[in-house]
Amino acid sequence: MFGEYSLGDLGAIFAMQGFAGLILFSVYVLMALGLAIIFGQMGVINMAHGEFMILGAYVTYLCSTFFQANLPALFPLYFFIAMALAFLASGALGMLVEWGLIRFLYKRPLDTLLATWGLSLILQQAYRTVFGAREVGVELPSWLIGSVQVTDTIEVPINGLFVMAVTILITVSVALLIYRSRFGQQIRAVMQNRAMAGAVGIDTERVDRYTFGLGCGIAGVAGSAFTMVGSTGPTSGQLYIVDTFLIVVFGGAASLLGTIASAFSISQTQSTLEFFLSGSMAKVLTLLAVVGILMLRPQGLFTLKVRR
Amino acid sequence: MTNPVQALSKSVTVNDSPFMKPMEWLSLLVLAGFVLVVLPVFLDGFRLNLVGKYLTYAFVALGLVICWGYAGILSLGQGVFFGLGGYCMAMYLKLEASSVENTKIQSTPGIPDFMDWNQITALPWFWQPFKSLPLTLILVVAVPVLFALVISAAMFKRRVGGTYFAIITQAIAAILTILIVGQQGYTGGINGITDLRTLNGWDIRTDSAKFALYFVNAGLLIACILAAQYVKRSKLGRILVAMRDKEDRVRFSGYSVAGFKIFAFCLAAAFAAIGGAMFTLQVGFMSPSFVGIVPSIEMVIYAAVGGRLSLFGAVWGTLLVNFAKTSFSESFPDLWLFGLGALFIAVVLAFPNGLAGIWREQIEPRLTRRVKALRPAPVAIPHGTPAE
Repeated sequence: MFGEYSLGDLGAIFAMQGFAGLILFSVYVLMALGLAIIFGQMGVINMAHGEFMILGAYVTYLCSTFFQANLPALFPLYFFIAMALAFLASGALGMLVEWGLIRFLYKRPLDTLLATWGLSLILQQAYRTVFGAREVGVELPSWLIGSVQVTDTIEVPINGLFVMAVTILITVSVALLIYRSRFGQQIRAVMQNRAMAGAVGIDTERVDRYTFGLGCGIAGVAGSAFTMVGSTGPTSGQLYIVDTFLIVVFGGAASLLGTIASAFSISQTQSTLEFFLSGSMAKVLTLLAVVGILMLRPQGLFTLKVRR
Repeated sequence: MTNPVQALSKSVTVNDSPFMKPMEWLSLLVLAGFVLVVLPVFLDGFRLNLVGKYLTYAFVALGLVICWGYAGILSLGQGVFFGLGGYCMAMYLKLEASSVENTKIQSTPGIPDFMDWNQITALPWFWQPFKSLPLTLILVVAVPVLFALVISAAMFKRRVGGTYFAIITQAIAAILTILIVGQQGYTGGINGITDLRTLNGWDIRTDSAKFALYFVNAGLLIACILAAQYVKRSKLGRILVAMRDKEDRVRFSGYSVAGFKIFAFCLAAAFAAIGGAMFTLQVGFMSPSFVGIVPSIEMVIYAAVGGRLSLFGAVWGTLLVNFAKTSFSESFPDLWLFGLGALFIAVVLAFPNGLAGIWREQIEPRLTRRVKALRPAPVAIPHGTPAE
């Protein structure tokens, strides 16, 4: 399948597809980070994760129309405000859901799956009622439109670069929060041994609530970034949920580094294959490879060596 | 003083209990009466065909009761087996419908119309076996079961279970859907395999054929219930429950845990496949929309609403959810998803044992009290508790 392209063309194809893959990678990482915290650390299967992401996307859309209509002067900067609001909205909804639903189900992980699936149906229908069934897109500020010409054949879109920068920023802050802060220490303590963490005076219920909120909030930011590369509809989140779960499982749940590595390999494989095969076959082959590897190595790429 | 080992083995021995308790015979009678007599008498042909369609989902729910309720394996990919069974049947019917004289306007007569549209000139190898009816009837069950065997053997031998298994089965459902939709020339794509006409010369589109197929379907369902009851009541069923509750203890007792899990999963796949084949026969087409994640999870909710531990509950749950779906989405299409979502949450939070749980905890004790008041109470036989 490589025969009909020259070497230079191939290089350019791999670079361009690689870059397209990096945008996919960014959205995957942001979604998978939240899920890795919720599934990997808490053991809750959040099937509504895609809907939390779409909430962030809708918040971004609302911000974009609001700024366009009322504060055109600040329009170039609306994206930063939208991201913060998306984080807060999804995080707050996440904490509410944890309080109202998830906290009763910590001992029944398979049931969290059904309950959050129900939640995702309700949220989808709510989006459809509020925003309509049609997909919406956001207006990008002018500085995010266009692309950087690297060589004659390779050009890189600016919004993609921006999404990647945001992803790196958020990944680093999450890593710092979990591995370097007092709150992160509490999260890890609760996840490793709930009873002991409670015995040394950590309010485990509060930690659960904030952890779940954090995971959902990151999904909201993912949704915000998602608006730059795709349009938002009530069921857009559902398209990503299977991929995201596979990424988290493939990376080895509970390992942030593994999540990033697996998101990278999956998105790159998929986007490179997409150029040579049809989109659906690229996806099938990628997912099949992941499932195959998981059958041989169920613990995923990276594992946390903790006695449970 | 009784030997603890003897006491234990006595409590495990189940063959002295009858095949079904009187209450279960009554449940079977009520269900059979409702499905075989009440519904055909009171419903018109169209509605009866609709109920027949619902009952094909009940096969899947029945498999989930064994696989999920008893063995503790939650599969989010039952649509895969339902779909494979349905596709096997549809491929046979499609080949019969695309005889050379029916398809003489095509550039290649004798192959299904969607292949001709996609410039395929010869019948692919995996379509060849479906020219024969006996082979098709075997493959309808064999293909999904073999597929289930491969998946479950790979997973359970490596002790992957629980949530991981659920996620992997879900991914497989997604992969198969994308594959079927993408390979339009071989599978009919998003539209599925449509325009099915005859089964070995017998026109399945007529009202009388649909009426007959309804009874075949209901009969098969009752046969599957009895088969599931046999598994549930046997020693095998007890091991499945023990495995669900304390897997390590069963393993340390010398049982091959993986083998039992594989069996439960394959049995559920076989039930789902029969349901899928009957779906194709009654509804007249098969499409990827019955394979993917959404239908697979919806089928789990049928079992959950009925009660994940009750075989009869699975059938009632399927019928109830689907009746609700049809009537709701006819009159308030917007509200249906809210209702379905709320149903998922309510079943998990408030009624983890579903309809059967409500019956067992609320209604049955009251009924027994009424009955007992009418006649002298039988002497209760105390059950020996195994020594810890």
